[in-house]
Amino acid sequence: MSNNADVVIIGGGIIGCGISYYLAQKGSKVIVLEGSDHIGNGGSSRNGGGVRQSGRDPRELPLVMYGIKNYWPTLSEELEVDCEYHQDGNLRLGKTEKHKEILTGLTERAVKVGLDVKMIDGDEVRKINPYLSEEVTCASWCPTDGHANPLTTTLGYYKAARKSGVRFITGEKVVSLKKIKGKLRQVITENNVYEGETIVLAAGFASRKIANTVGIDIPMQKVSLEALVTEAQPHMFDQMLGTAEADFYGHQTKHGSFVFGGSSGLEGFTRDDYGLQSTYSLTASCICRGIMKYFPDLAKAKIVRTWAGWMDKCADGVPVLGNVKEVPGLVLACGFSGHGFGIAPGAASQIAELIVTGKTTVDLFDLRYDRFKAKI
Amino acid sequence: MHQVNDRTRDIGPFVPAEDDNILICRCEEITKGEIRKAVHDGMWTMTEIRRYLRCGMGLCQGQTCAKLVKSIVARELGISPAMLEPAASRAPMRPIEMHVLANEVKEGKQYE
Repeated sequence: MSNNADVVIIGGGIIGCGISYYLAQKGSKVIVLEGSDHIGNGGSSRNGGGVRQSGRDPRELPLVMYGIKNYWPTLSEELEVDCEYHQDGNLRLGKTEKHKEILTGLTERAVKVGLDVKMIDGDEVRKINPYLSEEVTCASWCPTDGHANPLTTTLGYYKAARKSGVRFITGEKVVSLKKIKGKLRQVITENNVYEGETIVLAAGFASRKIANTVGIDIPMQKVSLEALVTEAQPHMFDQMLGTAEADFYGHQTKHGSFVFGGSSGLEGFTRDDYGLQSTYSLTASCICRGIMKYFPDLAKAKIVRTWAGWMDKCADGVPVLGNVKEVPGLVLACGFSGHGFGIAPGAASQIAELIVTGKTTVDLFDLRYDRFKAKI
Repeated sequence: MHQVNDRTRDIGPFVPAEDDNILICRCEEITKGEIRKAVHDGMWTMTEIRRYLRCGMGLCQGQTCAKLVKSIVARELGISPAMLEPAASRAPMRPIEMHVLANEVKEGKQYE
């Protein structure tokens, strides 16, 4: 089979699968290369499932708002997979004056960009979610936020794209990129060479090393995060939750289980991860203590599984999206910094639009790759 | 097994079978037919099958059904079950109540 396509996408996560799906809808011939053995094996399958606008940097907010308005509500029908999308709001919880300051700042910046989000007090919080402890004194409340199932959504994009003729190859680790006559053309893997008019780099943290082979360095680092899931519980609430201090975040799934993510605070400073997305002995216990302070009722819920994943954290916490001046033919879609799931449909559709038409509906200028400057 | 896996390889169409209604994953109530269909939707590894259908994600964590699921997937793909890596085992090995898992702090505040 020919290893040539209009577009070669490096990375089979939700971003790569999503871009391939929207490109196939526009008639492009696409190959997706995934380095691991499984589709969606990085952050795409390991995150807390938030589809959230509140708490985001204003530079990426228009993109996620666009996705929530235009793609998320109909995604399950479109992909013919139950994405378990719920749009029942997001509470970002606070317990101290310091938390209130953080949340108020985030809220004011989001309102300026046009998001419907406001600060509410402890009693109002418990009207929305009666299970929260008295320790909660304030929250930001965004009624159009929500959550979805990252596993079925990512694999749903894959399934739909594959059905539309996209060629997916797993276990195909990219070694380098190669320009021909000044334009990026070849993707060299451990086993093969692929060629495309456009090459999209959507490989999470692995994107950095691959971009280095054509002289581009995206300032990002790999940070481990963990999540856990409980056994199925009686239905309690439908909101997405987070905290000002980022102790934990999560939601109750359609299945009844609670998925909560968090960290121990020691990530990146302790043991080597040996190249595996593996859990750390302190973290799950730490997340449990965080949860119980907010939800005393969950103390007896049983944890059945824990897992870890890396986020590709950019120096300034927002992704890198778009063309690269020095390397014509290269499109970057990486560095989502641990909040790439909710923004994925918006980002993927815009990258597909950029590749096919040369422009985008949502302005991506603030997310350009060459925005990083030294501090002085 | 780490190897190049082209997901466009033709594995033939999904053919309904009489025993498609058999429950394979008891915890999450997933049938043989659902597993076979998932393979035809492109879920070709044990990890993808688990994430797509939830089989092996219930209380027993696949300790009952993983072998059965593997043989069904292998047969559908026309390969040996030995070619399929099992999905990752996850801590804790037995379900543990949150307040117990939280109680590992040796010094400072103890959680009861």
